[in-house]
Amino acid sequence: MIRCVTVLAIGLGTPAAAAGDRQSGYEIMGPELRAMQDDEAANPGMLWVTEGAALWVAPEGAANRSCASCHGDAAQSMAGVAARYPAWNEAGQGPIDLTGRIGLCRTRHQGAAALARDSRALVALAAFVTRQSDGLPIAPDPDPRLAATREKGKALFETRMGQLNLACADCHDDAAGGQLAAATIPQGHPTGYPQYRLQWEGMGGLHRRFENCMSGVRAEPFGAGSPEYIALEAFLMSRAAGLPVEAPAVRP
Amino acid sequence: MARAATCAFVLALAAPAAQAQGLPDPLTDLPGDASRGRAIVLDQPRSLCVLCHAGPFPEIAFQGNIGPDLSGVGDRLTLPELRLRLVDSRRVNPDTIMPPFHSVEGLVRVGTQWKDTTILTAQEVEDVAAFLASLKGPSE
Repeated sequence: MIRCVTVLAIGLGTPAAAAGDRQSGYEIMGPELRAMQDDEAANPGMLWVTEGAALWVAPEGAANRSCASCHGDAAQSMAGVAARYPAWNEAGQGPIDLTGRIGLCRTRHQGAAALARDSRALVALAAFVTRQSDGLPIAPDPDPRLAATREKGKALFETRMGQLNLACADCHDDAAGGQLAAATIPQGHPTGYPQYRLQWEGMGGLHRRFENCMSGVRAEPFGAGSPEYIALEAFLMSRAAGLPVEAPAVRP
Repeated sequence: MARAATCAFVLALAAPAAQAQGLPDPLTDLPGDASRGRAIVLDQPRSLCVLCHAGPFPEIAFQGNIGPDLSGVGDRLTLPELRLRLVDSRRVNPDTIMPPFHSVEGLVRVGTQWKDTTILTAQEVEDVAAFLASLKGPSE
C-alpha cells in the first residue's frame, strides 16, 4: 500500500523526506530543547554518559575484567563504533545492535550476569560508547551479509500495522514535517540513541522508541532486541547515513 | 511494481463508485446526535480526530494538519459520504493515511487489547457524522 503512495507522490509532488532533504529531529525542536542538548552541563543524558564511563573501567564478573581491560581508552577504541552499528555477529551468524554487543561482551568475556536491555547500567554503557561517536557521520557497516537485514527492515518500515493501520513510512516519510496536534512529525532518523526523552523522564534506546510507536498505532510490539527491531534499526541507520551522531540527544 | 499496478487498478475502478454513493443507511437505529458528535471529535484520546485535523474548535489549542481542515466539511460532503469516510476511508482512497474508524478489514498485527475492536462504535460514527454534516459555511 505504501508503494502506491510513493508512485502517486511522483505525480503529485515531492515526498517530504526525499534524498538530500534529510533532517535530524534536532532541527525541528524548539530553541530551549536544542540548548539543553547542546550544553553538556544542562543535558540530562550526560548523567548516563558519566555513569557509563565509570562502568567502563569497573572490573566485573568471574574474569574480573573491565571493558577497558580489553578495549583500553574508549575515546580511541570506540570512536565511530556506534556510527556503524548494527553489525554482523560472527558467533551468532546474524545482525546485532550495539546494546546486544555490549551485553554479549559482558557475559562472554567478563563472565558477568546478563543485564536487562533497559537496565540503567546497560543504557549507561551504550550511552558512553555512543558518546565516542558524537558528531561523526552515520556510516553503516558495509558487510554484505547485512543487506538482507536492511531489506527486511525496509519492508517492515513500509508495512501498515495495528488498529490505526499505519506504517512507519506513512508518518515519517509521507507526513514528516506535518503537525500531529502539538508535535511536529520527524523524519525518523535514529541519529541520537540512547537519548534523553522528556516524555520518558529518562534515557532509553531506539527499540524503546519503536515500542512507543507500535503502541501508538495500536499494534502488537515486537519487543526490544527482537530481530524485527534490529532489522528496522539497520534500515533506518542506512537511511540516515551521513547525518551526524548526536550523543546524547535530547528529544521531547 | 505489481502492487502499484494493482492499487492503481483498484483506485480507478472502486473509488469513483464508492465516492458517488457513500453509505446512505445509518449504522444504528438511534439517529446521530451532533452535540454528542462534537464532544467525541474534541476528545482527542478517544477519537483521535484533532490529532490530524483542524476545524472550528476554538477550545483545542493544538490541532493537526495531516488531514484536511474540517471547517465547512458539511458543505463539501453529504452525510452518506461522511459516514463512508469515517467507517473506512480506504473505500474512497486505498492509499489514505486516515485509519479505518469502524472496520477491522485487512488489519495486520493489531495489539491484543485492540484486537477485533474498532476505533469508534457504530453510534459514535453516527454522532460524529451528524456533527460533521452540521459544519457549514466559513470557519467560525
